[in-house]
Amino acid sequence: MSAPNNSFDPVEVTPLHPDEVARMREEALAAVEAARDLAELKEVRLAHASDRSPLALANREIGALPPAAKAEAGKRVGGARRDVGQALKERQAVLEAERDERVLVEERVDVTLPWDRAPRGARHPLTTVAERMADVFVGMGFEIAEGPEVEAEWFNFDALNFQPDHPARTMQDTFFVEGPDGGDSGMVLRTHTSPVQIRALVSRELPVYVVAPGKTFRTDELDATHSPVFHQLEGLVVDKGITMAHLRGAIDAFVETFFGEGLRTRFRASYFPFTEPSAEVDMQCFVCRGASVGDPEAPCRTCSSEGWIEIGGCGVVNPRVLTAAGVDPQVYSGWAFGLGIERTLMFAHGVRDMHDMVEGDIRFTSAFGSEN
Amino acid sequence: MRVPLSWLREYVDLPAGTTARDLASRLTLAGLEVETVDELGADLTGPIVYGRVLEIEELTGFKKPIRYCKVDVGQANGTGEPQNIVCGARNFSEGDLVVVSLPGAELPGGFRIGSRKTYGKMSEGMICSASELGLWDDHSGIIVLPEGFGEVGEDAIGPLGLREDVLDIAVTPDRGYALSIRGVARDTAALYGTAFRDPADVEVAAPAGEGHPAETDPELCGRYVLRGATGFDPDAPSPLWMKRRLHQCGVRSVSLAVDVTNYVMLELGQPLHAWDRTALQGALSVRAAAPGEKLETLDHVQRSLDPDDIVIADDSGPVNIAGVMGGATTEISLTTTEVLVEAAHFDAMHIARASRRHQLSSESSRRFERGVDSAVQLAAATRAVELLAELGGASVEPGYTHVVHPAERTEIVVEESHAGSVAGVDYPEGTARTWLEAIGCEVEAEGTALRVTPPTWRPDLTDPNDLAEEVIRFEGYENIPSIRPRASGRGLTAGQRLRRAVGRALAAAGHNEVLSYPFVGERDLDGLQLAAGDARRNSLRLANPLRDEEPLLRTTLLPGLFKALARNVGRGFSDVSLFETGLVYRPRPGGGRAPLLPVDRGPSAEELARIDAALPEQPRHVAAVLAGGFERAGWWGPGREATWADAVQAAREVALTAGVELEVEADAHAPWHPGRCAALYARVDGERVLVGHAGELHPRTVKAFGLPERSAAMEVDLDRIERARTPATAPEVSTYPVATQDVALVVDASVPVGEISAALAEGAGELLESVRLFDVYTGDQVGEGRKSVAFTLRFRAGDRTLTAEEAGAARDAAVAAAAERTGASMRA
Repeated sequence: MSAPNNSFDPVEVTPLHPDEVARMREEALAAVEAARDLAELKEVRLAHASDRSPLALANREIGALPPAAKAEAGKRVGGARRDVGQALKERQAVLEAERDERVLVEERVDVTLPWDRAPRGARHPLTTVAERMADVFVGMGFEIAEGPEVEAEWFNFDALNFQPDHPARTMQDTFFVEGPDGGDSGMVLRTHTSPVQIRALVSRELPVYVVAPGKTFRTDELDATHSPVFHQLEGLVVDKGITMAHLRGAIDAFVETFFGEGLRTRFRASYFPFTEPSAEVDMQCFVCRGASVGDPEAPCRTCSSEGWIEIGGCGVVNPRVLTAAGVDPQVYSGWAFGLGIERTLMFAHGVRDMHDMVEGDIRFTSAFGSEN
Repeated sequence: MRVPLSWLREYVDLPAGTTARDLASRLTLAGLEVETVDELGADLTGPIVYGRVLEIEELTGFKKPIRYCKVDVGQANGTGEPQNIVCGARNFSEGDLVVVSLPGAELPGGFRIGSRKTYGKMSEGMICSASELGLWDDHSGIIVLPEGFGEVGEDAIGPLGLREDVLDIAVTPDRGYALSIRGVARDTAALYGTAFRDPADVEVAAPAGEGHPAETDPELCGRYVLRGATGFDPDAPSPLWMKRRLHQCGVRSVSLAVDVTNYVMLELGQPLHAWDRTALQGALSVRAAAPGEKLETLDHVQRSLDPDDIVIADDSGPVNIAGVMGGATTEISLTTTEVLVEAAHFDAMHIARASRRHQLSSESSRRFERGVDSAVQLAAATRAVELLAELGGASVEPGYTHVVHPAERTEIVVEESHAGSVAGVDYPEGTARTWLEAIGCEVEAEGTALRVTPPTWRPDLTDPNDLAEEVIRFEGYENIPSIRPRASGRGLTAGQRLRRAVGRALAAAGHNEVLSYPFVGERDLDGLQLAAGDARRNSLRLANPLRDEEPLLRTTLLPGLFKALARNVGRGFSDVSLFETGLVYRPRPGGGRAPLLPVDRGPSAEELARIDAALPEQPRHVAAVLAGGFERAGWWGPGREATWADAVQAAREVALTAGVELEVEADAHAPWHPGRCAALYARVDGERVLVGHAGELHPRTVKAFGLPERSAAMEVDLDRIERARTPATAPEVSTYPVATQDVALVVDASVPVGEISAALAEGAGELLESVRLFDVYTGDQVGEGRKSVAFTLRFRAGDRTLTAEEAGAARDAAVAAAAERTGASMRA
């Protein structure tokens, strides 16, 4: 430290000489600029911004100045130190960014490495297709009704207007449940989801707007297109003033949702004991839209060049069914339909063989994920 | 029902240019579903002409006798010279009229005719057999035509009917009338708006004298006709047109007498039976079979008759099972000259039952059980005996038997507008009447209503909606508009949402859903190691299983899952976890028979309860089976095999989806490993309820089903979990800091961690936020038969920061409770 400056001449205190302060500032700024990495910058900080740096030492000399000169010298040295601090800060930010950049690059991994450590499972596509089918109608305000799979014959047949000896009853290829003594139990594995119609009518308030997806059973051997266990979606509406036009509208909604806007449907007269009038429902082939009919040059595999695909049966609820379910057919009318869920899956997702749906091979299921 | 178009055209005039495909499509839309249109002879080309055999030279020295013929084909060959044709058949003579296909012709099946050298001669064409022409199956030789059938050299394709379109119609059970050309013709005429000529309009004179004596039970037979034809020539052949049509309809030609009965049946829909009258003894009676009666039927099967069978009996006993099959001893033979034709209207339900009972479904029974015209019998029998006279030289007996118990014809009263309001279409006035009359109804107007009497051939028309269907199908089902319905439902139920969520949760946790068949056998139950009295052995049995070894309905989902797992392993996928959601069937004690309720009114609550009491319980279960690696090995490190713990976790996953915490307890329950089996409980209305089991499978079960070693499984009752569900209440989320305390306890190795952690939780009191096991240690440091278990306890208060003293006191209380209940001590 210099001796007290009695002459009051700042120039006499060399470090505080304006030229000297400017030189120290320039030197410091040059060193900051020259630092190539954070370590060098740390050195620069020690050399030019620490308590022992030339500017810090010069700052201490201010006390030796006469009072009149202190302010000016303080301003000069303070300004230089601020500039150096600012430069350090900026350089620090630049060098840190450079370092981060470099480290992140060094930490690069191969993101194409597989990660199948805990593979996802999948839901069965019949389950999800059944849900999606039901949801078409839930969206229109229908509720989902349910019933047992081991069902009383009365629900499965009699209440649905199957006469005891009518051929229609034997056409259903029914699995009969044996009674405890080996005799007749009055029970069957339901051959269709239609008994849920009766269950809905005896348990719900009118009007009834329900769909019932579920498992059904017939004594067919498993082959590419048949299975002894299969699935249907039943629809039932019972209300006042119901017509076949609403039935067609409901089925059209399903067809458009699953197979595309603007596809036409057609009803063909048919027979089911529980509906009268009854109809089979065809939809326009969603692949060729009928273009393959009569054109041997462009055959359609999906519809066998028929132009139409059968998707289910439907009709006006036979008033005898309403009577058996305790609904007054003079006041109420309704309609019902049955759509095949396997069939829908086959067409909507190109499943070609029933075996795939029943064997439980995970390759099949996995392809569908859990919400398809 | 197969319908040759030329036959149909005899009774209905189709508009010019109508093709078989047009007709098929219109019939299909109107409810007569045409499954196929067979275009017989479509690929056939001429020249196929009549020829006369002029000379036959027998060639010898070949494996079989061969004929070298000169055949006059007129100018058909362009030269007028006889054709030289080699022929292997021997059933013809010089001078016979035959069918010749000349070189250039193509026969059905793409068989091209040319000139070729064979048996050392040039053969310039072929003398044809019925099979070669596609007429019917006949391997007895070529066709020899009756004299006068055609002129030598003329085209034979048209006159022989070699080209024919045949519709194959799948007739629904209600439309019995369509099992006849007559019925299809009537609908066709209505569809095209053209005239219909009824083939049943047969002129029948009043009987001149008695017919064969007969008496009938009016309950069983509403109309009974017997007509005789005498002096019939048993050698008379069936004419070509008849054989051709029978063949086109899928009926085998047998003999003229039999062919006539079949032909008339196809034409009118009325099954006929023909007896050799000389084989009958005395009067016929139509009655119920007596107990113990037997009959050998045409197919030479001795059949025991049921008192519900309708039989035709003579003095010797039953000669026919009515409407189903005739007896062997009275049938028409190749020498029969006295023919008795029966046309009857038997009760449909009796025939249906008899047909099923005797497992005899015949052309006759199919028609009777679907309902035949109740008034056509006399016309049908008359048509048959007249054909026997015309074609077989018989005389029609002027007397005949006609027993009638007139059936009541019920009138249906229906609003004129009914069909329109069913269809949702505003049909013009008069529409209903037009169509109903077209199908043969008698219609009378009465105000806005119609009084409709259906025709005798439409027993299916009984209700107003039956009539509506007739109107709508002729107006066109395709013309029904489409209006989207609107309802006001409340969405899915909580249970339905839960089921979907459970499926998604299990899928997300790595399990794959399967849908297996519910059929199992004793072997499966044995494989599960179920004890004799196990509730799951109490299963329903099918009367008619598809496979004899799987006659039972599942009481658990596991066998189906095991089989699916084994299948996957067999296909090279051994790291597999499968799950299934589905019903199991548990018979109720004293279930009994499900009653048949009346259908003329709704069931009472008590009646419904009786049905439900008879039905088995059908709870919805969820089960999973896990094998092999649950986590895979890879570049990240080793994998992890699925264990009992993953099975328990899968069950927890299901319960947690419903917001239900499972309580786990050790159990020994088949088919699980007795030392690695968890019983799973939930709280339902405060009560502890068993919801299922999980763990590693018993090694014997693993072996029985061929599963990978150490496979694990779980099965829970989803309905019970659904019942255990309680509405979630929001917790108070404290923002004060947590105080964490770790404790290590030493206990006897047999003490379940579940008990210790429950004791800790209870002892810790209200400040406890969570308790979590983080380590289990066994070894020298804790001594033989002991284990060390380490827990993290987290404490937090809602209103303040806990002091170290408070947290310590709570921890000490927790440890004290564990010590008291489980003998745990703090690890030194």
